[in-house]
Amino acid sequence: MLLKNDKAALSVLAVLAAISLIVPVCNLVFAPGSPLYFSSYTVSLLGKYLTFALLGMSLDLVWGYCGILALGHGAFFALGGYAMGMYLMRQIGSRGVYGDPLLPDFMVFLNWKELPWYWHGFEQFWFAAIMIFLVPGVLAFLFGWLAFRSRVTGVYLSIITQALTYALLLAFFRNEMGFGGNNGLTDFKEILGFNSQSDSVRACLLMASGLILMLAFLVSRWIVNSKLGRVVTAIRDQEMRVRFLGYRVEMFKLWIFVFAAMLAGIAGALYVPQVGIINPSEFSPLNSLEIVIWVAIGGRGTLYGAIVGAVLVNYAKTLLTGWMPEIWLFFLGATFILVTVLLPDGLVGFWQRRLQEQKQ
Amino acid sequence: MNGIALKPGQVDVSHGPILYLEDVSVSFDGFKALNNLSLYIDAGELRCLIGPNGAGKTTLMDVITGKTRPDTGSVFFGQTIDLLQMDEPAIAQAGICRKFQKPSVFDMLSVFENLELALATDKGAWATLFAKLNGAQRDRIEQVLETIGLVELRSQPAGILSHGQKQWLEIGMLLMQEPKVMLVDEPIAGMTHQEVERTAELLLSLQGERSIVVVEHDMEFVRSIAKHVTVLHEGSVLTEGSMDEVQNDPRVIQVYLGD
Amino acid sequence: MLIYFVSFVDKLWFLGLFKVWSIMKPNSFRWCCRVMLGFILMSPTLSIGQENAAEDAFSAALSNLKAGSMQERGQAIEQLAAVEKPQAVAVLQALLDGRLFNLKADGKLVIGEEVETDYKLTDAESGENLGMVERSATQKITVNNSLRTSLRKIIGRLQLNDDNAAVRLAAVSAMGQSIDDQSLALLRGQLIMEQDERVQNAIKLILGLEQLNSPDKRVRLAAIDLLKDQAGRNVVNRLNGLVEKDSDGHYLEADSDVRNQAEAALSKINSQLQAYAAIETLFFGLSLGAVLVLAAIGLAITFGVMGVINMAHGELMMLGAYTTYVTQQLMPNHLGLSLAIAVPAAFIISALAGIIIERGIIRFLYGRPLETLLATFGVSLVLQQAVRSIFSPLNRSVATPEWMSGTLQINDFLSLTWNRLYILIFCLLVFVLLLQILKRTRLGLEVRAVAQNRKMALAMGIPTGRVDALTFGLGSGIAGVAGVALSQITNVGPNLGQAYIVDSFMVVVFGGVGNLWGTLVAGFSLGIANKLLEPYAGAVLAKILVLVFIILFIQKRPRGLFPQQGRAVEG
Repeated sequence: MLLKNDKAALSVLAVLAAISLIVPVCNLVFAPGSPLYFSSYTVSLLGKYLTFALLGMSLDLVWGYCGILALGHGAFFALGGYAMGMYLMRQIGSRGVYGDPLLPDFMVFLNWKELPWYWHGFEQFWFAAIMIFLVPGVLAFLFGWLAFRSRVTGVYLSIITQALTYALLLAFFRNEMGFGGNNGLTDFKEILGFNSQSDSVRACLLMASGLILMLAFLVSRWIVNSKLGRVVTAIRDQEMRVRFLGYRVEMFKLWIFVFAAMLAGIAGALYVPQVGIINPSEFSPLNSLEIVIWVAIGGRGTLYGAIVGAVLVNYAKTLLTGWMPEIWLFFLGATFILVTVLLPDGLVGFWQRRLQEQKQ
Repeated sequence: MNGIALKPGQVDVSHGPILYLEDVSVSFDGFKALNNLSLYIDAGELRCLIGPNGAGKTTLMDVITGKTRPDTGSVFFGQTIDLLQMDEPAIAQAGICRKFQKPSVFDMLSVFENLELALATDKGAWATLFAKLNGAQRDRIEQVLETIGLVELRSQPAGILSHGQKQWLEIGMLLMQEPKVMLVDEPIAGMTHQEVERTAELLLSLQGERSIVVVEHDMEFVRSIAKHVTVLHEGSVLTEGSMDEVQNDPRVIQVYLGD
Repeated sequence: MLIYFVSFVDKLWFLGLFKVWSIMKPNSFRWCCRVMLGFILMSPTLSIGQENAAEDAFSAALSNLKAGSMQERGQAIEQLAAVEKPQAVAVLQALLDGRLFNLKADGKLVIGEEVETDYKLTDAESGENLGMVERSATQKITVNNSLRTSLRKIIGRLQLNDDNAAVRLAAVSAMGQSIDDQSLALLRGQLIMEQDERVQNAIKLILGLEQLNSPDKRVRLAAIDLLKDQAGRNVVNRLNGLVEKDSDGHYLEADSDVRNQAEAALSKINSQLQAYAAIETLFFGLSLGAVLVLAAIGLAITFGVMGVINMAHGELMMLGAYTTYVTQQLMPNHLGLSLAIAVPAAFIISALAGIIIERGIIRFLYGRPLETLLATFGVSLVLQQAVRSIFSPLNRSVATPEWMSGTLQINDFLSLTWNRLYILIFCLLVFVLLLQILKRTRLGLEVRAVAQNRKMALAMGIPTGRVDALTFGLGSGIAGVAGVALSQITNVGPNLGQAYIVDSFMVVVFGGVGNLWGTLVAGFSLGIANKLLEPYAGAVLAKILVLVFIILFIQKRPRGLFPQQGRAVEG
């Protein structure tokens, strides 16, 4: 389907472009108090939503299009985040509390004498930028290669993906891993030489998140509309038939799984400088399940549905946790139940059905 | 080797048969689904497999297509290709294609896209990502659409097709794979009388270039298409021959009608 | 049904044993003392004439004890020791334990027993009950360290004459704590008269340790020979002392024969110790496994028999744990009873919750396992938050009844904690009961029928809807019961369920879905594997390794250890 005929895709792109251009520019140009001013808080909040949208969209590729309910997708997000966090840690240099030029504070605190080998290279942005999608990609490749080749499917696959992220959660809690243990990585100072707390950097990060989300949307859209996209959807609906047509189903699953893991890694890398911290709780199984609910609410199997779902749910989360924190889990739980029982296609599916009924 | 130079991917049928099944046994939990079964399918022939429920017809197809591994026995494609060393996609790409008992087409995709997915071409992930149909491939799809009579419905989602149309679409998908052997499991289930006749014509027109193995319960249909019939019973071949010979075989009568 | 009932009655003897066992708490020193006092108070052996004279001496000694300096108190103790009267021993013991008081009101000498913030008093002289009194109404009779030492010896000496072997054993080991010539002589004399083998061994041990100091090489060798069969911390320490060098590089033990003998004895004891360590690891593994099995077994029913992924399973356990908490709040003075009530109460509450979940949500989602997973996850969030709102986000503490706390001390090197031991037994009971329910009851038959062929079962008139609800209720109820067990070993809080959900799914998947025996074997083997790895890898890494192992295992055998077989499973 050509982009110019795809109204939904065009409007999603237009809204994204508007958010990622107008909001940061208004934040920088207008003074606080002006009706056109967007606060820095809004800027970083929107930036966070956009990275979640990217994360949700990447899960949708795996779940909505290929039918693999991955309950450990947050692990890839967190790994990307850690890769970015390591770069940001190395940028602190001697400005840390202990003033060690080489070692991050937590290593000095643990009495480590030298930088672990896997921390080398992260002082270079280009290196970190590669690791941001390479590390999640490699993990997804190894895990997927083992799982898909031995035809672990359905619920079993969901449960072992959950076990994967749970194992990583436990591992990253350990100080010996060299990723800051419980506290994770934080107290960042600079990104690419600019103060990472400043308004202009925050505005740029929002812009970058928006642009990368748009780019990822276009690439993903191209993929799901390609023949590979059709094979993947066919696998979701009739895995056996696809196999008897001569396709190596496991390779297609692996391809889409690795691609989605890389997108999730990029989302994590954009998320970390905007919130200023990455810690092991990002690996918790609950986080991965929350991603699933974004996609379920928005409507799986449509890329923009996942984006809409991610933004809506997180907006609701911001509102509710600010207003009545104890309500949030009730709300999230009830949404899980209602959406799966009453709205299996999510909001977008519901909307499309309404439109079709009106046409008829 | 017998002196014939084979290109890779080519099937050696110099001795006549294209499929060799020898002493194949499969058991599930002690139940012998196939019991020392031996069967030969000639290149280009149309063979019908009949037999009562539980005779092992579907298991036989599972073994040939790689879905089920036999406990013992050998399965060869031509004289040189050992099917037991290959998995389902490899067997499919080698040229053995299968229509399932329950029609399985991709409901969300259009009729055209269903055929496009089946098209014999490079089926690797990267190749598929960048795949574009060329003129010859488009023509081939059109040709098959015509053969199965679904030209009008080409851009409709396959989900809206009738049961019989789905059966044809699946046969069309088999044709798109340019198979050397087609395994067709119950092709006329749920078809109207006219549809059955057209299916019979279709299968008859396809034999010769390729071998076709049809599993069917409808004896009238079998009589209308088959020169050669194999009767399975309790996991092994009971008898083989023309329809008349088979139908008059007292053992076959006993199996079907009971004591 | 009748058969089932008979077999159930058949098992009751075991429950009876269980109860007797729970009342007794063998081997602990405290227990011995308590029993000992009981026996002393009940042994009327003295004749009347002597009694009068003894009575006077006793009263005199008691009044000496009340007043005066530490020195006078020491003399009073000697006087008391000379009185051959059981109550005298009780007074001495109370003095040693710091439970002997002056009543401020009338200066009476009393023995106090702590009951919450008050004391329950008995008259020191007559032993009669004087009722409760506040702490502030009493003044403690104090002793210093040297008096304490001599008190111990005197009590030990007196107790060596006791009729009860357990009391004598306790006295011997108490004397072993601080040995001198006097007590050695006493023990030697006792060894000749002693009939009970355990007491004999205990005395031999003490004597043997003492003989290691002998200047005579043969005595030392004989002592080592004796000690090598006695695994104990002090034996190991002493033997180690024989083979070590001092700071100048000289052996502490000059004689090489003795050293070699000691080495040999040590290596014998060490191999014993390794065996104990292995037993202990096995026990820890089994008890962890028991927890895993308890957590997973309800899941094995809902997931294995019904094909339903219940992510709220952990929260149903949490409900069980909170039920324990509530019953305990309702009857704070009857911990054991509240626990016994909590088991059926937790079963009913969690089962009801499960039935509501099944009727309200899951029945709309049959055949869509991934959707049930999401919906029940929603339920789990709601339940967590409900508990947080009703109780508090903080952990609640659930008390453990006395008979479940502490350890079963088998010897110096091997002790098993009671609560873990009970949970292991409890787990096996629950498992057997569940197996019987599935095997022998009408419900069990219907559950198995529906699990194997839903349509056929419906055609035969089995109300599949009702069976589904009851099966789900059964699985959930078991989760509640598991929660009661968990409340005894871990914190009861809103996150209790989450901590176990991944683990219990792993157990079910590892064991093979639809197979209760698989769940049992998987739970125990994962528990043991975890504990085997822990010493080498640390607790967290061990857990990670087990998780990674299961992930790899599932790839190799997607249907678990004990897969269901047959054509129905294909495809």
